[in-house]
Amino acid sequence: MDIERLRYMANQIARNLAPQGEAAAVDATFQHLRDFWDPRMKAGILGGEREGLDPIAKAAVERLASPA
Amino acid sequence: MGYERQADFGTPEVTSDIAVTLTVDGREVTVAAGTSVMRAAGQCGGDIPSLCATDSVKAFGSCRMCLVEIEGRRGTPASCTTPVEPGMVVHTQTPKLAKLRRSVMELYISDHPLDCLTCSANNDCELQDTAAQVGLRDVRYGYDGANHLGAEIDTSNPYFDFDASKCIACSRCVRACDEVQGTLALTIDGRGFASKVSAGQTGDNFLSSECVSCGACVAACPTATLQEKAVKEIGKPERAVVTTCAYCGVGCTFRAEMKGEQLVRMVPWKDGKANRGHSCVKGRFAWGYANHQDRITKPMIRDSIDEPWREVSWDEALGYTAGKLNSIKAQYGARALGGITSSRCTNEEVWLVQKLIRSGFGSNNVDTCARVCHSPTGYGLSKTFGTSAGTQDFDSVMDADVVMVIGANPTDGHPVFASRLKRRLRQGAKLIVIDPRRIDMVRSPHIEAQHHLALQPGTNVAVLTAMAHVIVTEGLAAEQFIRERCDWDEYQDWAGFVAQDRHSPEALEPVTRVPAETLRAAARLFATGGNGAIYYGLGVTEHSQGSSTVMSIANLAMVTGNIGRRGVGVNPLRGQNNVQGSCDMGSFPHELPGYRHISGKEVRDSFEADWGVALDPEPGLRIPNMLDAAIDGSFRAIYIQGEDILQSDPNTHHVAAGLKAMDLVIVHDLFLNETANYAHVFLPGSTFLEKDGTFTNAERRIQLVRKVMEPANGLQDWEVTQELAKAMGLGWNYQHPSEIMDEVARLTPTFAGVSHARLDAEGSLQWPVNEKAPDGSPIMHVDGFVRGKGKFMVTDYVPTDEKTGPRYPLLLTTGRVLSQYNVGAQTRRTGNNVWHQEDLLEMHPLDAENRGLKDGDWTRLASRTGETTLRLTVTDRVAPGVVYTTFHHPATQANVVTTEYSDWATNCPEYKVTAVQVLPSNGPSEWQESYASWSEKSRRIKRVAAE
Ligand code: SF4
Ligand code: SF4
Ligand code: SF4
Ligand code: FES
Repeated sequence: MDIERLRYMANQIARNLAPQGEAAAVDATFQHLRDFWDPRMKAGILGGEREGLDPIAKAAVERLASPA
Repeated sequence: MGYERQADFGTPEVTSDIAVTLTVDGREVTVAAGTSVMRAAGQCGGDIPSLCATDSVKAFGSCRMCLVEIEGRRGTPASCTTPVEPGMVVHTQTPKLAKLRRSVMELYISDHPLDCLTCSANNDCELQDTAAQVGLRDVRYGYDGANHLGAEIDTSNPYFDFDASKCIACSRCVRACDEVQGTLALTIDGRGFASKVSAGQTGDNFLSSECVSCGACVAACPTATLQEKAVKEIGKPERAVVTTCAYCGVGCTFRAEMKGEQLVRMVPWKDGKANRGHSCVKGRFAWGYANHQDRITKPMIRDSIDEPWREVSWDEALGYTAGKLNSIKAQYGARALGGITSSRCTNEEVWLVQKLIRSGFGSNNVDTCARVCHSPTGYGLSKTFGTSAGTQDFDSVMDADVVMVIGANPTDGHPVFASRLKRRLRQGAKLIVIDPRRIDMVRSPHIEAQHHLALQPGTNVAVLTAMAHVIVTEGLAAEQFIRERCDWDEYQDWAGFVAQDRHSPEALEPVTRVPAETLRAAARLFATGGNGAIYYGLGVTEHSQGSSTVMSIANLAMVTGNIGRRGVGVNPLRGQNNVQGSCDMGSFPHELPGYRHISGKEVRDSFEADWGVALDPEPGLRIPNMLDAAIDGSFRAIYIQGEDILQSDPNTHHVAAGLKAMDLVIVHDLFLNETANYAHVFLPGSTFLEKDGTFTNAERRIQLVRKVMEPANGLQDWEVTQELAKAMGLGWNYQHPSEIMDEVARLTPTFAGVSHARLDAEGSLQWPVNEKAPDGSPIMHVDGFVRGKGKFMVTDYVPTDEKTGPRYPLLLTTGRVLSQYNVGAQTRRTGNNVWHQEDLLEMHPLDAENRGLKDGDWTRLASRTGETTLRLTVTDRVAPGVVYTTFHHPATQANVVTTEYSDWATNCPEYKVTAVQVLPSNGPSEWQESYASWSEKSRRIKRVAAE
């Protein structure tokens, strides 16, 4: 799937969850991707460059790559 | 059953804790204090003649037909205006009364055309019935005195006529328009014999007046003066079947009055708990589409969208479709298949479509049109309260003291609810409107909003956070409620956040453009004005912060303690008739029915055991992601039931590209809609008049839809889906939709106590219906939130990425009008077009002047995604810098200009904010021209000779 679009979506989610504070926002962003994204979207964001992801989104995607 | 009018008790029902017992004609009866003698008599089987009284409006006491004698009282009081008293002894039939009533009747009849035998109301006329009831045999005054017999008939309304010669000046119509509808379009001019009903101002007829064609006056009229044209054309109905409106989420119930297989009229059902006997023009009159010549009744297929359609048998169509689906699945895997359920179809039909996708296609790629309307409601309310639905029934509004309407236009979108709301406002409740546009609710006869916050589109969260700021910093929070019902620590975090200076109305004024003082006053009123109820619509959800706005609304309700009792609550006004139901029935790609996540093993196990298949544990694709994935090549086949995504979804070019990229597009609909231009299989659908099932309205109220005529295509929609499932190899064998509802109840805890038999017996049930609430739940979160403690969610204003600039300096926002519905597929095929023939662009006079544009000019509306042309209306309803239009007509295709920006949490499109430019134009845009010719080509049909 278009990686630009996926990155935009991940960043938008992170930006809206950011007011909860960083740790909670990373958690919530990770959960959001896990619970709402279809496998090919997850694979897309995991396979793509992490550059262009804002720090919260990036940390969430990293968690998605290796969920604790 | 034979045809009978619904019982009329003469005066409205009264509720009171005090009971009064009296005797009527020797029979003892107990009624609520305040009830009229007329109603009490009706309740114990009495039959007092009446003309000016009807139970939808307050008694007026003008006809003197309903006189009674009461022991110990002098004279003969009118029973409609006399309240009952304890121990009263009433006589309704005495020689004295009979004589009096006959003389009154004589006067009426002497001025009435005596063409009963040829009158269209013959045998269905209260005047005729009353004359017979009082035994009138002769008229002493003769028939040749002054009368109104020459009056001209007003036929201007497309659905009903006004024949003044038959009018008895009872004023039931005037009172119905005032009290029931709240439009105040009718007046009685003159006095005594000269009295005359008229619509609007001098020179107006019904069409040119303020009349919104709700039909309340027609239902109230005791004679043939105001009567449906269809009764004149078809004749008096012979039977009636109660069913539910298939237009909006109010869920009005109607008596479909039939003559043979023909529908004569839809009359609002007085026992309907959502509408209480009222209706709007759509449900009451706009059902002609069901027999429209454009309707497709034979299945059709084609190998490519460049070919004409080929009519085929059901067997061939289903075999072809199933074969293709199976081969795409074999080649590309289950996740390449998906579908869209319809919020216009029944719960049972939605259930089967999602079941087919999950268990037959083998993926969770199922979505519904709620994606583009109320998906943020589901997300926001489940996070904060724990359920994905509104908290109240409609009746609750009658106990509200302050009503806040946000991003909704009830008089146009939810007209019957708007009439209730207006009635409450006329009783003195206060109103706050938050909307970029001056909707009718802001100012209409006898109603004026205390505050209209005309915010800049896209700044809902900023406005609501600023309101929360005022409530928290001015010490107006309902602390006791919060301590008892919500998580106190979370509340404190949230309160600390909203109390920051940057969230004050003053700090946010440059962004919201709402004067800080107005905003402060509105917040104070909401927090201190008594029961506060919030009603909201798509102006809340269709934004990049739709979900955040829903959560901000929930926060506001909690911080003011306005949850869990009558008169308060958070009430999404849902768009389509069954959008609540389609969401409940598992139309989201991440959830099984009842809003339970697909990853939950226990829930999945229960479905797998019942359905006998393994389910994919991963969430599926949403509609916009399906289209992205189609362009990408990983999504290849779609089954779309009853939705026109090409016209209704944003960024038409992108939708078209996605559909074009698929190997198989199956459209199951009444008409060759715009999406069908890209389809390979067309499965003809059935209308709500042709099927059995249930719809669930915005109050969570489940109501029966009953078949009144045979499906024109031979099959109800659930049968089509079942046949497709069978053709794919699934062993389904439902004999009736009630069996599907039994399965819903078996697998969905909130529906555990629902069955067609119970719905038939009780009229309706509001979910949850289960062990804890065996009779359903009119109001939710009464003793505690469904999720336990109410959760305050911190939400901050994040500006949309859709920005105005020199190229696109205006903000476009979209909405709808009363007479048309959604993409107009149904309403455009009815008489409703007289009110709205085309989509118009509203613009403030200043912006128009700057561009040299005048009212009625053709304009080119352009955004960075596309452009279209439409005509201009210059009005100060919209603020400078904002333009507004509707999306009811495919020729305009307003969604050519909307963008792919969407809600961060749900991808609900940002229809309400698009940066645009508007310039003069000479005619249709290039896209409109090329689309028109392509669409014509794509709709060709090769008919087969009749067998
Ligand atoms: S149709 Fe409705 S709005 Fe029109 S005059 Fe009658 S009651 Fe009033
Ligand atoms: S139009 Fe009908 S309801 Fe209205 S005053 Fe005349 S008879 Fe009564
Ligand atoms: S308000 Fe809605 S449900 Fe009621 S008649 Fe109108 S369209 Fe139908
Ligand atoms: S019905 Fe009572 S006065 Fe007309």
